[in-house]
Amino acid sequence: MNCFCSLLFDTASATVLAVVFLGLSVTTGFSQERQKILIEQYAEGRPIPVSVSGFTGEVASALKFDLEIAGFDIANGDAAQYEITGSNNGRLEGHVTDRISKAHVLDRAYEKGSARAQAHAFADDIVKTITGKPGIAQTKIAFKGETASGSEVYMADYDGHNAVALTKDGNLVAAPCWMPGRRVIYYTSYRLGNPDIYSYDLDSGARKIVARYSGLNTSAALSSDGRRIAMIMSKAGSPDLYVADADGTNLRQLTKTKEDESSPCWSPDGRTICFVSRAGGRAALYTIPAAGGTMQRLKTAGVSSPTEPDWSPDGKSIVFTSYSGASNFNICVVPAEGGEASVIAAGEDPSWAPNSRTVIFARRKAGKRVLSLLDVPTKRVKDAAQNMGSRSQPNWAK
Amino acid sequence: MKVARILNLLVVGFVCAVVIVGCQRKGPKNVTPILGAPTTAPGPDETPFPPVENPPGVGQGEKPTGKDLPPDPKALPPNLEDFGNMLGDRQKFKEQTVYFDFDRAAVRPSEKSKVEFVATYLKGNPTNKLRVEGHCDERGTEEYNRALGERRALSVREYLINLGIGADRIITISYGEDRPAVQGQDESAWSKNRRGEFVLLLPKPQ
Repeated sequence: MNCFCSLLFDTASATVLAVVFLGLSVTTGFSQERQKILIEQYAEGRPIPVSVSGFTGEVASALKFDLEIAGFDIANGDAAQYEITGSNNGRLEGHVTDRISKAHVLDRAYEKGSARAQAHAFADDIVKTITGKPGIAQTKIAFKGETASGSEVYMADYDGHNAVALTKDGNLVAAPCWMPGRRVIYYTSYRLGNPDIYSYDLDSGARKIVARYSGLNTSAALSSDGRRIAMIMSKAGSPDLYVADADGTNLRQLTKTKEDESSPCWSPDGRTICFVSRAGGRAALYTIPAAGGTMQRLKTAGVSSPTEPDWSPDGKSIVFTSYSGASNFNICVVPAEGGEASVIAAGEDPSWAPNSRTVIFARRKAGKRVLSLLDVPTKRVKDAAQNMGSRSQPNWAK
Repeated sequence: MKVARILNLLVVGFVCAVVIVGCQRKGPKNVTPILGAPTTAPGPDETPFPPVENPPGVGQGEKPTGKDLPPDPKALPPNLEDFGNMLGDRQKFKEQTVYFDFDRAAVRPSEKSKVEFVATYLKGNPTNKLRVEGHCDERGTEEYNRALGERRALSVREYLINLGIGADRIITISYGEDRPAVQGQDESAWSKNRRGEFVLLLPKPQ
């Protein structure tokens, strides 16, 4: 009897153990499978739900903003895939746990810097840990900001906070563009009574004139290796596309059309420039070899009047503005080789983030322009901070 | 015999190389930097750029085929410095502001008499110069409008040159959509913003 009982007991417990083990592995296996699907689908626009608790004030608001624009949903309890908890009082402590596997995914403390900076650093670590992709919460933008005397060039955090004027020209500015990898910015300024292109090294303070020819000098765009610049200049009698070395020397004219070209951007491999021309009668996108050659139309099927293109850092897509009458400006994306264009959000003048996923753009609101952020895969839009006159022509530092 | 032949080929090859190198050293066409244009190379970078594999042909450019023509003096804009030190009069040709069709830079037939009026005045006052300012309405993106405004100013300038005004007397500037004449979101406002304005430039009294 004892033998039998113990056998039964052994069998029973074995069975229970087996069932529990099986159950666990099924559950774990299934949730890991679900997790894996989410990570892959995240790139295509499926938001990852997370809960956030324990943080207060600016840290809480900045953290949630960063996660939402990164394509996460702030969810409650059971709906969350990950639990983000912690505290902040001068020092931010953050913990991320996978709610299904119960695994501790991230445990980190952040000291020094402002509360917002700590929140941004934590947000970037969360994004990197969960998705494997680098975050953008600690990146910078530049933009044109309206002032009493016209406009100046500003830089700010990517979310529009901590804006600082980079010029004090007391006139008009336009088209700021960062040199990739450097704290150097190029821009157009009318300070000498003509639209001329300047470069400004934020660290050395050196400010130089890059192009001051008669007529128009504008739309500076730096190649991704920072060595060359594309510009629009009318010195030869019509606004044409030029390339030069980053200091403005070795100038070469790439287009010689009778109509105007505008807003060039570089392919990340530096071989091709995409730009706008009215040479065909209406605004259209074109590409041309950066070394010179024939301009070729870039197909943007399904949308009208494409302008202000920007090439994604991963080389795959071109984001641009489409105008379709009245006050209808739309942010559109087309594959870099051309094709069907997709309307993503209402707005204009887009600039890619280094992650080739987020875009900053301007939109018209109550008689002025404000800057907004767009997560392209989810089409989520969030306005950046706005505490002054019109902000427009944003450019994302890469 | 063979040696002589090889030597011959070497000499020919050397001469060709010298000629080719000589041609490449001819340099860019007439480029007129204006005051303030950089004349010295910037200092060494603090942060060296990562090594980059240059795509073939970068920095060399495509060699043009056909004959080079001398630049058309009518088309090229004059030097900015020739226009420094002059007084601007915005009122003189206020009635002659030229208006443009949406997304177009051509001078409309209905506007031509205004340009002719300005040309007549300039012919009678040879020490005066002119600035044509190009503008756009808000129905375009900013850099697109900056280029379109410049194209409009250049169209007016071209028309004046064809009427006999010296190219060196006319300068252009575009303000894109930055300086509207009329605020508003309808065609009555927009039509007044798509314009070319004339600013008469007078030499400063001695």
